[in-house]
Amino acid sequence: MPGLTGRMSTVVKAKVSKLLDRAEDPAETLDYSYQRQVEQLQNVKKGIADVVTAKKRLQLQETTLQQQLVKLDTQARQALSSGQEDLARTALERKNIAQTELQSLDTQVVELEEQQQKLTDSEQKLRAKIEAFRTKKEVIKAQYSAAEAQVRISEAATGVGEQMADVGLAMQRAVDKTENMKARADAVQELEAAGTFEDITALGPGEDDIDRQLKSLSSKSAVDDDLAKMKGEVGQGASGAGQIGSGAGADAAPGSGQGAAATGDQSKEQSA
Amino acid sequence: MIVRISGEDQYRLDDGLHDRLNQLDKAVITAAHDGDETGFRAAFDELLGFVRANGTLVGEDEIETSDLILPPADLSLAEAGTEFTGEGLIPD
Repeated sequence: MPGLTGRMSTVVKAKVSKLLDRAEDPAETLDYSYQRQVEQLQNVKKGIADVVTAKKRLQLQETTLQQQLVKLDTQARQALSSGQEDLARTALERKNIAQTELQSLDTQVVELEEQQQKLTDSEQKLRAKIEAFRTKKEVIKAQYSAAEAQVRISEAATGVGEQMADVGLAMQRAVDKTENMKARADAVQELEAAGTFEDITALGPGEDDIDRQLKSLSSKSAVDDDLAKMKGEVGQGASGAGQIGSGAGADAAPGSGQGAAATGDQSKEQSA
Repeated sequence: MIVRISGEDQYRLDDGLHDRLNQLDKAVITAAHDGDETGFRAAFDELLGFVRANGTLVGEDEIETSDLILPPADLSLAEAGTEFTGEGLIPD
């Protein structure tokens, strides 16, 4: 059969004969085939473990980004409550970048989960075939002459070999996808190292401009905050603080500068 | 005949369906050749759907060599065009 199917069949069959060609010594074939199958199964397990590792790495990045999102959101609200609209804008800009990264990571994690599931299914199928082969091998040995058994077991080995080749294919595709994602994760880390997300990533142990400014704001507005909290506790709900924040932001002069330059100006005003 | 969908299962199909399979396969190749993404996806899905609908699953404990092997369902147009022309997809 020509076409896509024919090509695919040819590729897989070439692969199968590669998998089997070392089992040509008749005396060794019977047990060698089985041994080789079990080895392949171990490789599949390793492949699955690699996919899981890649997934965990991405999930770790997700957790970090989620923490950054919460922090930046809080900072934006605090800034807005204090009438520092430019500062709030900067925090929200960074939050936006982090959010975009997080969405991309989400997609990748889902994709890796699919790969993991497919490989796990493939592993189970291969395991079942190998088990069937083990049983069949013993039955054939008992029922046929050595020469005839040789032929029949080779046929069965080819059948299992096809399953192995197919798992190999699935694994290769999973590895390719994982490599692409690793490259993407590395690229994000390089951006961070280059300072693109400096202020986002520095939020951990260190302090950045927003942190420092907000700290001074916090002390000023601590009483206001407490009051807002108290109002909330008394019965107005947690959204009270946010509404106050929005109100303060609306009062501030609109469109007064943007981004990092604005942050610098705010700094001066703050220290003055 | 035994048909495998790579990454899924093996199916047992009536030999008389060979010509129809051939037609469906040709439609996939034509769409891939034209770089027609929508047409390729539709034709490939139809080919796989035909096998799934008309075949009986080969049991897990049966060891059969396939007469035909179809690429995995998530095959991209780019893969159809390039990877299956050579060594490509299957690792050494």
